[in-house]
Amino acid sequence: MKKELVIIGGGPAGMSAAIAAYESGVRDILILERDDSLGGILKQCIHNGFGLHRFGEELTGPEYAWAYEKQVHEKGIPYKLNTMVLDISSDKVITATNAEEGIFTIQAEAIILAMGCRERAKGALNIAGSRPAGIFSAGTAQRLVNLEGYMPGKNVVILGSGDIGLIMARRMTMEGAKVKAVCELMPYSGGLARNIEQCLNDFDIPLKLSTTVTKIHGKERVEGVSIARVDENRRPIQETEEYIPCDTLLLSVGLIPENELSKSAEIELDRVTNGAIVDQDRQTSVEGIFACGNVLHVHDLVDYVSEEAAIAGKSAADYIQNQAAEKICVKLTVDGKIRYTVPQRITKKQDATVYFRVADVFRNVKINVYCGEKLVLSKKKAKVAPGEMESILLKKDMLDACSELSFRLEEE
Amino acid sequence: MIRELTCIVCPIGCSLKAEIIDGAVTKVEGNTCPRGKVYAENECTHPMRTLTTTVKCVDGSIVPVKTNSPIPKEKVFEAMKMINKTNPTLPISVGDVIIEDVFGSCVVATQNKK
Repeated sequence: MKKELVIIGGGPAGMSAAIAAYESGVRDILILERDDSLGGILKQCIHNGFGLHRFGEELTGPEYAWAYEKQVHEKGIPYKLNTMVLDISSDKVITATNAEEGIFTIQAEAIILAMGCRERAKGALNIAGSRPAGIFSAGTAQRLVNLEGYMPGKNVVILGSGDIGLIMARRMTMEGAKVKAVCELMPYSGGLARNIEQCLNDFDIPLKLSTTVTKIHGKERVEGVSIARVDENRRPIQETEEYIPCDTLLLSVGLIPENELSKSAEIELDRVTNGAIVDQDRQTSVEGIFACGNVLHVHDLVDYVSEEAAIAGKSAADYIQNQAAEKICVKLTVDGKIRYTVPQRITKKQDATVYFRVADVFRNVKINVYCGEKLVLSKKKAKVAPGEMESILLKKDMLDACSELSFRLEEE
Repeated sequence: MIRELTCIVCPIGCSLKAEIIDGAVTKVEGNTCPRGKVYAENECTHPMRTLTTTVKCVDGSIVPVKTNSPIPKEKVFEAMKMINKTNPTLPISVGDVIIEDVFGSCVVATQNKK
């Protein structure tokens, strides 16, 4: 089989990319989706708060997904459900499988990677204790409660204060569970301030900062956890250890872009984002393969995923239609206080929005962009935090005679 | 009295200060948009929340629902009881009314299910 554009993943990124490519004139599109319907992770995010940027109203996850799925149907963009992509080669041959067709291959002219991300699992945390039932990632618990109608437990401790953990603290409470504490290793929460307010404070659930789970008790089922405060090197302070009886431990300890397929296509990855290195078009190091959404870097808001995916979709269409532009090569580098930028390089002389994340909480700082030692752009920020993605607009005239732009966070 | 709040209207989450005199909000600071002011006024006098949850259909399938406008915060658990007692039948489309009146709002489906 041959296709002009194949999109891997039918979640918010994949659907938005498909729609943008269609609107740019591409018709020979195919979306490949592993699950039995389009929508991706939004289907289990039944809470509201999505789409304020894009639609000007607060939608729930399923409603946001439906807004895009409707357009996919209206435009007649083809998709295959229950279809798992096994391999992508660097010459853009996709190997996939489903129950009807067995294993099949597609030669694509362009590919958009939109596989999303996975949750970091318990294995990555090294918590002492045996392996009893009752330990779930927050996203798994969300799936059980919201899609399958099961309650994972009655007395819950949550480790990690990312947004999914906070949302699940509220959700489990509403369904009758007692959430005893949310523990966060860092001295600040990784979640949005609004979620601390409406998911924890509304129900008097304590948020314990600089605190971690040191031991899981129980053999067949979780019976409790030991928690302790940590010092500035994030090592547990033994004297502060306390025991909390519980039957369930939820982990909300970070998300990792799912890039197994990108590796098989020999795409160059960024060690900080765990996603592909891309240019302003979201094109990877392999010509004709683009990446967008949480497979590229983890986003805070789905609105930004849709926005980024639309860039990838339009760019893939330009690539297919051979709309060549004058090529330049400007590398974007960071100072460590700024952890990463997306894109990581600029290859066209045009305005480009650069997204970035910082490594710590900083107040009253400037985001300065230098070409050599010459300051070309400066933006004041009253507060920046690792949990909140920031952006800055690079104007095309800043790209003149410059092979590297360095992004630095500097005190005022 | 000054009450400190975190606005929950949008992901920015502004830190708000509301001045309350005789139970009425007289001044709001820290908001970056007009909705933050309205939020602070409501939050100090009659806090409201949009409720999102699921209903179990007669055939056992699960459908996500929400109140289509915010309801009084203190009624959230009572509303949960009402919703958990309701078992609609399929098919259901986005926007279908599942319960007509729940504390001044109505409960609607947020997903299609055949």
